[in-house]
Amino acid sequence: MAERELKKRTTSERTDEAVEDVPAPSAKADKLKAELDDLLDEIDEVLEDNAEEFVRNYVQKGGE
Amino acid sequence: MAIRKVCGIETEYGIHVLDGDQNPIAASSVLVNAYAHLVARQQTGWDFEDESPGTDARGYTREGAMPPQIETHLVNTVLTNGARFYVDHAHPEYSSPECGDPLECVRYDRAGEEVLRRAVAAALAQGRRLAVYKNNSDGKGNSYGTHENYLMDREVPFARIVAGITPHFVTRQIFAGAGKVGVETPGTEAVPFQISQRAEFFEEPVGLETTLKRPIVNTRDEPHADAHRYRRLHVIVGDANLADVANFLKVGTTALVLAMIEDAAGPARPLELADPVREIRRVARDPTLATVVDLADGSTATALELQWELLEAGRKYAQERGLECLGPPDVGALVLDRWEEVLAGLEVDPAGLSGQLDWVAKLRLLEGYRDRHGLDWDDDRLAALDLQYHDLRPDRSLFARLPMERLVADEDVATAVTEAPRDTRAWFRGACLTRWPDAVVSANWDSLVFDLGTDPLRRIPMMDPLRGTAEHVEELLRQSADAADLIARLGR
Repeated sequence: MAERELKKRTTSERTDEAVEDVPAPSAKADKLKAELDDLLDEIDEVLEDNAEEFVRNYVQKGGE
Repeated sequence: MAIRKVCGIETEYGIHVLDGDQNPIAASSVLVNAYAHLVARQQTGWDFEDESPGTDARGYTREGAMPPQIETHLVNTVLTNGARFYVDHAHPEYSSPECGDPLECVRYDRAGEEVLRRAVAAALAQGRRLAVYKNNSDGKGNSYGTHENYLMDREVPFARIVAGITPHFVTRQIFAGAGKVGVETPGTEAVPFQISQRAEFFEEPVGLETTLKRPIVNTRDEPHADAHRYRRLHVIVGDANLADVANFLKVGTTALVLAMIEDAAGPARPLELADPVREIRRVARDPTLATVVDLADGSTATALELQWELLEAGRKYAQERGLECLGPPDVGALVLDRWEEVLAGLEVDPAGLSGQLDWVAKLRLLEGYRDRHGLDWDDDRLAALDLQYHDLRPDRSLFARLPMERLVADEDVATAVTEAPRDTRAWFRGACLTRWPDAVVSANWDSLVFDLGTDPLRRIPMMDPLRGTAEHVEELLRQSADAADLIARLGR
């Protein structure tokens, strides 16, 4: 079980560092959510006009 | 001591004809030719003399196996960055040059994206509207590949490679997967989202085929190098990545696990899975990463737990033997650090890695859009969004709009579009094509053929991927007045 103990210790060390070095998780999550909301606001301008037709027409031959 | 893990990525791009002739082979040819004219070089042909994709690493050809066909009539170009850009089946394919480390591999894979973008723009200037997608399936059961290649010591028994690498190939998708909406293989139970594009297409643990009965470990034995010393492990089980961190870890962790296999220094216990094909599909179907897989010894573990065991083995290996096989010291250290950081992040909450991993970024985008519009998972708008994540056109790419972390700066990618890696034989290939494009009549991975205007043509073999580097031949090329002079100097 040595690996497992090593793993858990490694994980908690990382978590401790994260708390010190970067904004609190909730602040980081809020920032990510705000960025996602901004993208979702503008995404309809980028998406192909007719999703159904676009998806239907995208047919590839197998490769490799 | 493990040999340097020279590596490269081949990507078959999805191609969509937006007007006119719908033939994808013709469209792919238009694209490759448009780029060839753009770079205004005499098109250097590919030399097929040493191609033998039907040779099996296990030393035999299995009855009923179908070796891939080489289509010699299709358009082929060799670029000054050492890459090959050509039409493979019905797709444009960019095969990166041989790279000396995993970070270079990311840089040259991104250079490929830039080549494709420029090709699309060049085709548009000729009046052809084409879109290309860096993905691996059309959502309708048709898959096309992204293949990795790693230099291995020929002395390592192939069975040891299979045993050691399979657990990694089954579980690395938790950070290397590109994600997709739904399922597309017959008889597969529906799920809203899978973390891998490719996983559900794999049907065998080991085999030679790449298009039918796809195997997790591909046995194609075509070293493109001295076959007595080297093996090229041809990996067909990965997804195409747009995210640098995911791409870097896909190649970096695989190179490290292969180095451990070469040195017989793997994890503390064998991680052999009872049924790898079943488990690669099950892991793909669970974005919560809670799925427990069965090991051959009767124990169970999650994909994340197996990855932690591989990482710990990698840490121990690095302490005991160093990571020179992964290139410059900072690259090996970066593989270990980012690997650990990503596993720790996945353990806490995968959503926190939306700036690093493709499948996480895509899933968050899909969920956000779905919530906002109250859509069912089978809505075409979600399938369209999935596709457009991979669209390389700047005005259509969703990936380009996401705040993704970069490990390689855009200007370094731009350099890699025209200049070859300095620390492999790709440098010799690229430098000769740059200086004497008219004299090089054909090229392949392990040789260049020169026409000096006198009979016969002169073939320069390059059987060692680690020779022909800038360090070896830059001075020689600088001193050579022309190609004939170079060849005379090489003969001395």
